[in-house]
Amino acid sequence: MLAAHLTELLDTTPAGVSETLDIVAGFDDALAHGLARPDATRAAALEGLAGALAGTPLGAAVGEAVEALSSGSLADGHLAALAGARTALLGAVHDALVDSLDAARGVTRDTWSASAQAPSPAEPADDKGAAGSRAWLGELAVTGWLGVDRDLASGANQTIEALLADPAQRRLAVLLDGLTAELQALCPAAAVEQVPVRRWADLWARAVLLSHDSRRYGPCQAATEVSGRLLPLGVDVHEHGTAVQAQVHCVFEPADGGPPRLLCASLTAAKVDAIVGPAVWRLLADHPVLLGALAERRSLTITDMPLLAGGDLLWHDDRAGAGEEVDPFATARLHLADAVAPAVAPLDRHPVRIAEPVFIEGYTTDATSGLTVDLGGATLPVDLDRLPACGPLTPKLVADSTACIGLLRWDAGQWSLQPLAVRTKVKRKPATVQTGDWALGPTDPKVAKVEERNNAVAVLRERAGRLLRG
Amino acid sequence: MEGDAVDTERADFGQRSGVNVVPPARARKLAKVPFVELADGRLQGVVSSGSDTARVYVSSITAGSHALNCGTNNNRPCGGLSQGGACKHLDSLVNEAVLQYGAQRVADYLQAPAHLREADDAERSAEAALRACLEGKPESTPPGVVFGRFLRYLSYLEVPGTTTALPEMHWFPATGADR
Repeated sequence: MLAAHLTELLDTTPAGVSETLDIVAGFDDALAHGLARPDATRAAALEGLAGALAGTPLGAAVGEAVEALSSGSLADGHLAALAGARTALLGAVHDALVDSLDAARGVTRDTWSASAQAPSPAEPADDKGAAGSRAWLGELAVTGWLGVDRDLASGANQTIEALLADPAQRRLAVLLDGLTAELQALCPAAAVEQVPVRRWADLWARAVLLSHDSRRYGPCQAATEVSGRLLPLGVDVHEHGTAVQAQVHCVFEPADGGPPRLLCASLTAAKVDAIVGPAVWRLLADHPVLLGALAERRSLTITDMPLLAGGDLLWHDDRAGAGEEVDPFATARLHLADAVAPAVAPLDRHPVRIAEPVFIEGYTTDATSGLTVDLGGATLPVDLDRLPACGPLTPKLVADSTACIGLLRWDAGQWSLQPLAVRTKVKRKPATVQTGDWALGPTDPKVAKVEERNNAVAVLRERAGRLLRG
Repeated sequence: MEGDAVDTERADFGQRSGVNVVPPARARKLAKVPFVELADGRLQGVVSSGSDTARVYVSSITAGSHALNCGTNNNRPCGGLSQGGACKHLDSLVNEAVLQYGAQRVADYLQAPAHLREADDAERSAEAALRACLEGKPESTPPGVVFGRFLRYLSYLEVPGTTTALPEMHWFPATGADR
């Protein structure tokens, strides 16, 4: 990404974004106080939401839902309409931001075709997980974040157990588990200032939609099988108390020719909160070929690997082979400007999902207020909170860097850079450091020793073996 | 100036999707105290017996009242606790909770005596305040609930992994490289 691209991006605010976010904020405030009996201000905010959606296919359903709120007769479908309305608004913000990013960089992106979405498998009649989720989410909405007590915060525990037992419902299970932990940590909350209003409304709305159609987004989605060479750029790690996901951003060169494409391969494991730092890689050890490519900086050859329409590979380690060593910066230099970006699945369109791989070099860094990079006069904050404890990349190494592969992200009106790999100095010598360098175990002997001594995964697995199956 | 910065940060907290709400736990050795949590209004956990590898103690301190409880998972009270004052299992529980969550978070949760806590030495004074929580009165609660929570905790290690992307995890970035 050149300085001119970044300057253009930072100078452009897509039309309507701030107005749309104001409507979302109005709904979020109403949700924080509970939808049961909205006062005049919040009723007006909800009317605003209905107004914004009027004239769209959702318009009638949202209007009806807002009316039902004022008469106090809420049903499942009403909450789904409200969650859908909020999701559509943020989806539009997402699209506007991605368009401006693609335009600034001159990136080509696939368009989404409706046929790419598999038909939804029918929900079994006694789906306790989905029904339990809807009931709990409904209670949360009626109560509002400010009214959530300890019992309501942990009210979904049994539902989550049912969802976790069904691989098709993993997305909803992991989402509810994350939300539950946060509610338990912050509730009861005394004031709305103490509540992450936007974030919890995000999680709530997504959960409501998933709870109505959860199986559609599981492993049964329609896939095409692809073969060719994968060149990893870096790994984005996500983690909450009971889940970790390593999302590997790659450039894919199809074996049958065609332009290089940006794809992701994702590995997820269930965990507990005491398993943190480099230990999380042990939970993903079933995928040695992919982890080996990260740790050893190798390309991969994939054969008949399923690819979903949103650019996600459904990873099968046995359909991949390790290739030659490749410098991720060579990959970025060669391909990032012209690789075709995938379309984003409609439900996933939310600004939080924006994670576009970029390559920058020739910048200066400034650590006076957080860390920022200055690229030809354009200033971009570096999101140091997104440097994972499972890898060697630290704020100091980023501050000393001269080139960076990272993900562009957007939150609350601001673009930022999440580093995945840097060219930097280690002990005054030039070095490349990446978040995935420790995928096969820490290469720093001191870190490795501590990890070995704690041995959290082995200790807990041994207990689980003895107590759960004993 | 400083006040303004704090205000902006707070306003931002409500408007941001990606804020970190639950700080990640810190790594610790799990062999002695395999399970610690702040939940159900208690600091509670499971402590391995020093003498018998097959036996575990279920220990807890209630927030606010600082009622102490310790006994084996098959309901036998801990001898150390009945002699008055906290037993070594409760000591270990508090020590490991401090390692995992930091003293301040544990002291906040337990509502440790505020007069023992000092703003300019927050972590150390929180630890001192936690020692005061260990002087509470013993109170018998059935160990089944906490032990059940431990089994549920362990069951996560048996949930199979997946390679289906979970887009919702973008709300939960891994963090903590600067620790």
